[in-house]
Amino acid sequence: MIRNLLIWGTVAIVLIWPMAVAATSPLLAWRDSIYIAAGLSGVFGLALMTVQPLLARGVLPGLDGLHGRRWHRWGGALLLLTVALHIGGLWLTSPPDVIDALTLRSPTPFSVWGVIALWALGLAGTGALVRDRMPPRVWRRVHLAATTVAVTTTVIHAMLIVGTMGTWSKVALSGAALLALGHALYHSRIGWRRGR
Amino acid sequence: MPLIRPTRRAVVARAGALAGLAAVGLMTPARAEGLAPTPTMRGGANNYRPGAPLVDRIGGGGFLMTGTVRRAGDGTPLPGRRIQVWAHTTEGHERDAASHGATLSREDGTFQMDMPQIVPAFGQPHGHLAYDAEYDDGAFATVFLRPVMARVDDKTLHVDFVLAPV
Repeated sequence: MIRNLLIWGTVAIVLIWPMAVAATSPLLAWRDSIYIAAGLSGVFGLALMTVQPLLARGVLPGLDGLHGRRWHRWGGALLLLTVALHIGGLWLTSPPDVIDALTLRSPTPFSVWGVIALWALGLAGTGALVRDRMPPRVWRRVHLAATTVAVTTTVIHAMLIVGTMGTWSKVALSGAALLALGHALYHSRIGWRRGR
Repeated sequence: MPLIRPTRRAVVARAGALAGLAAVGLMTPARAEGLAPTPTMRGGANNYRPGAPLVDRIGGGGFLMTGTVRRAGDGTPLPGRRIQVWAHTTEGHERDAASHGATLSREDGTFQMDMPQIVPAFGQPHGHLAYDAEYDDGAFATVFLRPVMARVDDKTLHVDFVLAPV
């Protein structure tokens, strides 16, 4: 019981703390609501990426096995929606900057990492739609590879940005996302400890 | 018998001085010839507004954009060149018309724009500047710049334009 509370409490802090810091950033005073929503969508997306491997592995108390994987699917759909809001909001705020980023002509390195993450997430998400037509072994490899790229490049993307996220909450959330990913990789059927 | 009989040391010294003078004489124009034009930066033209009006300051001011405009090659200061400045500031987004303003370089080629504090947007605290040949006599090529502030709380940003004659 206490263990369950500790796990869910940690998850709640990881999800809420970075959002709370970003939502109270002094920079928001000089941004319109669309830009603010776009930025917060990005933070929420990274938080979702932290939870997704835990749901997939079924390690969250009460959400084990099939329950966890069902929530993982909804989490994935929500993550794609979040990314769409993130990019759409930035597009409305400054169209040429987003066009530069998407065409890999941006002067800022972080946007290249963001676009790599976008494509990796797109691959992981669209793969989920056609997974029934794939051998499970292939699907796991594709999904795991794509999401590994997505999480790591998103972390780099976030760390390079001077924005609304607080330094410590950003480091903590990035670390949590990488830990959750590492846990899933370690225990995956194609990882080092097959089938555990 | 010659009145002056230079010692070997004197000859070496004079030859050295002469060589030095020659080197300086050769190098100075060479260095000026080599003043390379400023290349346009990636993303520099983003949210540019062609023909933004000449203004004394943008909004309430408080942040100082400074710069120079010189000719490539000999580095001659270029007066009267129209420079547009814009940024995401405490008073507005980059795309807002009120965030844009233009100024003319002075006799000594310098210019400055009093503008609101630049704040981080799209990942970096940065400004934009343009020299647009379309709004000038067409003697120099267009240049768009996107300098990034070294520190978020900087109150000033300096930019050098070296324009390439067309």
